[in-house]
Amino acid sequence: MIRYLLPLIAFVILAAFLLVGLNLNPRKVPSPLIGKPAPIFNLQQLHEPENIFKSKDNLGKVWLLNVWASWCASCRDEHPLLVQLAKANVVPIYGLNYKDKRNLAIQWLEQLGDPYTKSIMDPEGRVGIEYGVYGVPETYVIDKSGVIQYKQIGPVTVDVLKKTILPLVKELQG
Amino acid sequence: MNLKSFLNLIINYGILTTTCLRNLYCKKQFIFLFFILISSPLSFAKEAVPVAENPEIEKRMIILSEELRCLVCQNESLAGSRSDFAKDIRREIREQLLANKSDKEITDFLVARYGDFVLYRPPIRTNTMILWFGPFAFLLIGGILLFLFLKKRRKSFQEVPLTSEQLKQAEDLLKESSNGDNK
Repeated sequence: MIRYLLPLIAFVILAAFLLVGLNLNPRKVPSPLIGKPAPIFNLQQLHEPENIFKSKDNLGKVWLLNVWASWCASCRDEHPLLVQLAKANVVPIYGLNYKDKRNLAIQWLEQLGDPYTKSIMDPEGRVGIEYGVYGVPETYVIDKSGVIQYKQIGPVTVDVLKKTILPLVKELQG
Repeated sequence: MNLKSFLNLIINYGILTTTCLRNLYCKKQFIFLFFILISSPLSFAKEAVPVAENPEIEKRMIILSEELRCLVCQNESLAGSRSDFAKDIRREIREQLLANKSDKEITDFLVARYGDFVLYRPPIRTNTMILWFGPFAFLLIGGILLFLFLKKRRKSFQEVPLTSEQLKQAEDLLKESSNGDNK
């Protein structure tokens, strides 16, 4: 009996591994930056390039850093949700315009609404490298002491916002 | 025009003439191929530019980035990918090499930002143990199973001594064949 059952058991084990493996998303790579201080940067602001935004100025508050670009299609999907979130006034969102052209970025915000407390530009993607950005949009939750607590790779969805980001923000603000 | 593009031109011309000889009616093709012919040396000249900037750095950069995974197009190395992401990282590596950073410092820099996933050879850690030693464990288990199986099989055979009649038969057969060889 065992002689016939063994191949079946082996097959079931293999199938289980394949089933789990195929359902994993290879794009979701755990970021080593979670729990580490967010890289400090000074960048020109999108609307007033003569003003420099310093990430150090945000110490003492919980904030979101949203990396986006006008050439990024899923940023467009995510955008209405960010606009809504900004209206709710729960947490400030800072927009990092990544490898984009300034005029296109400004035009985009005018058309679709501007959810950002401040917008900064990273035309060459250098700050992007510091933050381990490899696909936009990406959203970071940064706490009062400037530590990255969460990273969303890909668009923020209603589900992620309700189940993960908002509770986390509340906890960090508390 | 360098040697490479000159050779390219000759090869193209060869292809052109042979195809035209084969099908004599090929005015359109001839014009089309003529454009390919004149455009190919130009494209050669363009490709070569970045390498010439600093061949030493470029060489090291390629060796280093061949060991690194592009996170956007995950089955390509950073050396081979044409994605914007890979271009940026290559620029970063180039700059860090120019700033006299060691290979290890650069890979550490990238691992700190993108995780072990950028490395094609993951470091030996508790969570990568299965990856590194799993195959050997399977080999060992397989070896033990094979050994046990063979041992069991050997036991199931019993040596049966030949009877004198069979022995004689065998000897006769051997003699017959050796006689055959002599002929």
